[in-house]
Amino acid sequence: MGEIKLMKGNEALSEAMIRAGCDAYFGYPITPQSEVLEYLAREATNRTGMVILQAESEVAAINMIYGAAGCGKRVMTTSSSPGISLMQEGLSYIASAELPCVLANVNRGGPGLGTIQPAQGDYNQAVKGGGHGDYQLLVLAPCSVQEMVDFVKLGFELAEKYRGPVMILTDGAIGQMMEKVELFDQMPRKTDVPDWATTGRKKGQDRTYITSLFIEPEVMEKVNLKLQAKYKQMRETEVRYQTLNLDDAEYIFTGYGLGARICMKAMEIGREKGYKIGMIRPITLFPFPVDLYASIAPKVKAILDVELNAGQMVQDVILSTMGKTRVEFYGRMGGIIPEPEEILEYFEKQIIGGAK
Amino acid sequence: MSGAPVEHGYTHEQICIPENLIYQRPGTLLEQEFHYCPGCGHSTAHKIFMEVVEEMGLEGEVIGVAPVGCSVFAYHYLNVDMQQAAHGRACAVATGIKRMLPDKIVFTYQGDGDLAAIGTAETIHAANRGENFLAIFINNGIYGMTSGQMAPTTLPGMVTTTSPFGRDTKTQGHPLKIGELLALLPGVAYVTRQAVDIPKNIRKAKKALQKALEYQKKGLGFCLVEIVSNCPSNWKMTPLESNKFVEEKMIPFYPLGDIKVPQEEKK
Amino acid sequence: MTEEIIFAGFGGQGVLSMGQMLAYAGMIENKEVCWMPSYGPEMRGGTANCITIISDKMISSPIISRFDTAVALNQPSVDKFESRVKPGGTIIYDSTNILTPPTRTDITIYAVPGSEEANNLKNLKVLNMIILGAFVQARKTVEPATVMKALTSVLPERYHHLLPINQKAFEVGMSHIHN
Ligand SMILES: Cc1ncc(C[n+]2csc(CCOP(=O)(O)OP(=O)(O)O)c2C)c(N)n1
Ligand code: SF4
Ligand SMILES: [Mg+2]
Repeated sequence: MGEIKLMKGNEALSEAMIRAGCDAYFGYPITPQSEVLEYLAREATNRTGMVILQAESEVAAINMIYGAAGCGKRVMTTSSSPGISLMQEGLSYIASAELPCVLANVNRGGPGLGTIQPAQGDYNQAVKGGGHGDYQLLVLAPCSVQEMVDFVKLGFELAEKYRGPVMILTDGAIGQMMEKVELFDQMPRKTDVPDWATTGRKKGQDRTYITSLFIEPEVMEKVNLKLQAKYKQMRETEVRYQTLNLDDAEYIFTGYGLGARICMKAMEIGREKGYKIGMIRPITLFPFPVDLYASIAPKVKAILDVELNAGQMVQDVILSTMGKTRVEFYGRMGGIIPEPEEILEYFEKQIIGGAK
Repeated sequence: MSGAPVEHGYTHEQICIPENLIYQRPGTLLEQEFHYCPGCGHSTAHKIFMEVVEEMGLEGEVIGVAPVGCSVFAYHYLNVDMQQAAHGRACAVATGIKRMLPDKIVFTYQGDGDLAAIGTAETIHAANRGENFLAIFINNGIYGMTSGQMAPTTLPGMVTTTSPFGRDTKTQGHPLKIGELLALLPGVAYVTRQAVDIPKNIRKAKKALQKALEYQKKGLGFCLVEIVSNCPSNWKMTPLESNKFVEEKMIPFYPLGDIKVPQEEKK
Repeated sequence: MTEEIIFAGFGGQGVLSMGQMLAYAGMIENKEVCWMPSYGPEMRGGTANCITIISDKMISSPIISRFDTAVALNQPSVDKFESRVKPGGTIIYDSTNILTPPTRTDITIYAVPGSEEANNLKNLKVLNMIILGAFVQARKTVEPATVMKALTSVLPERYHHLLPINQKAFEVGMSHIHN
């Protein structure tokens, strides 16, 4: 068993970065995730020689990621909503140039400068692609401090497997809260260099270059087809989710990240009252667990989707269930966190009451 | 308190009469308590700039741009028209305003992170275009709002939450003297560095702000008034200690005075 | 067993570290733990609170609105959280500071003169340890010895000379609860 610690989500994420043998972190301070840069500045370089750099902006940070990833290194950045918006251009370039990297969005309330309290308003930006062009991020949604650790390691594995950007979509509450975590052992820094990386032309060999410019439409289409083939493979092999109490479920509560944790409590209270509620928590938001929702839909009376936004993931739930069951949504916005009792109340009023 | 006689025998009403008035909140500051920490230079900078605006009778002419930083809520205090910009983009927003309303007096009010890190490009290019507005630059050597990370202006060796072993210039760069840098650009009319730690410096800073607005009225181009300031909270000092730090550490590194004055002033 | 607690008071009273210490102690006893602070600008001199959950099984929501126990170090906290204690639950409050005590009759209420005792110990900073001692004695969520173990591990080495006074404070707090 690995080392057990009580850690804040943001610090656990940072510790995982160091232990995963990450070569570099570039970032810019923003609440509620400034602990990441602060923790790494204290801890990382002395321990593994990892490069830590406070960039002058998120625009700069994501482009530093581009450059470092292009050298075949393990690199990561983090930010929160307004900063992630600034990174969208860079992400599009990174996806097109097929560079592996991990980034985390510690989602806060928006739009605009918004609030520093937790929210899930960035689902669409993360899942539907916030930058230009036909690309996807592989999106992992942790719901605990433990998953903040696990998904850094998993994120690097997936980024390198698919040569593309992986996003950890979390929020201010998971970033700030402390839970017990089991840390994996320190991994060595990577020494192998992928052949596509720019590390200096070797004698007698062709040069390598990293680009996202494919001026001939025929070539550009080929690049697109290659990207789409990767996304198809992800849909087939990388879908991850958690389910609870599906066996006897007449109703399903669903949500991701913090929303899912709150739903679990609402489910527990509901079960005590005798409602047969089950739970689906997508772990990968892209690829989305379409088949799971499709297969469960005809078996249940309704699905209640809960998010800390105006209803974003619910669109994917509706698409996946294709009218085979009733889908309801409950959400709070702007940094307000729904309480378990309030979710159950909505369920009783809209679904139980409405079914009569 | 009101009406109750105090020891010297005068009542509140007897004391508070126009003849006795020696100091007053300028009408250009709203009756609103500052949220700034005790001893913070932002409060002084707000006050003297608003005094200048009032004394020059510009209340109705001025449009300001608030940054993202501790002064993000400047528009809650300054009783003039204001826009709130995204982090670092104040000079671009101000460019938009001034190009639409060239006869108005436009200013930005920005911290070091806002003006000299994330907004460096916007700052340099607005200056280089000679945009005819004033940038008030509060240099406290730290990111106040986000609780004490390193700023582009953090002194070498200075401890912040992201330079926990002291700023190492080999890996974290040197403090950016953006004023000296901007002074090289032909579009820039006036660059000066002031401070608000002691009354003498406050008076000089106020004079500089007034000059900058006069130059803007004359259409001379981009003006930067840098104000070397403090951040007692994140420097982890008392207000007095922080002002001592300004005097002993900040000002020797960032010497006060004019860095560039308009051609016509030199005559 | 699941115990859901809210610790609340002014920023600077050590409210957050109180909850953290309890979470740490729970972890040492191999329980599931979760600590969720309020964060943001309201913490500058304003009110601060944190939720700590200790359980034998997996913890669902880290954010809850009904509590088994509310620990209140100032008046606004009593006013805000009294109604959110579950029937049969507990309130522990600093009776030196709080002049309008909780009044509910369906819960157990402990008045602990924490600030007065801290004053007696000539160290106002140990208020949170006094109240934490009272909490542990009242609720028995973790063993008293584990809390001191937790404190020893979270307190940086250079502050270890403060361990005895904290131990003393913790015991003083415990002595105020007779259950
Ligand atoms: C795009 C973006 N990135 C990061 C932030 C977080 N942020 C808010 S203020 C600030 C720095 C403020 O420092 P400074 O400009 O020096 O102002 P001060 O608070 O010191 O007056 C940062 C990094 C943000 N709001 N938006
Ligand atoms: S944090 Fe620093 S800059 Fe901000 S208001 Fe407080 S003292 Fe001023
Ligand atoms: Mg600053």
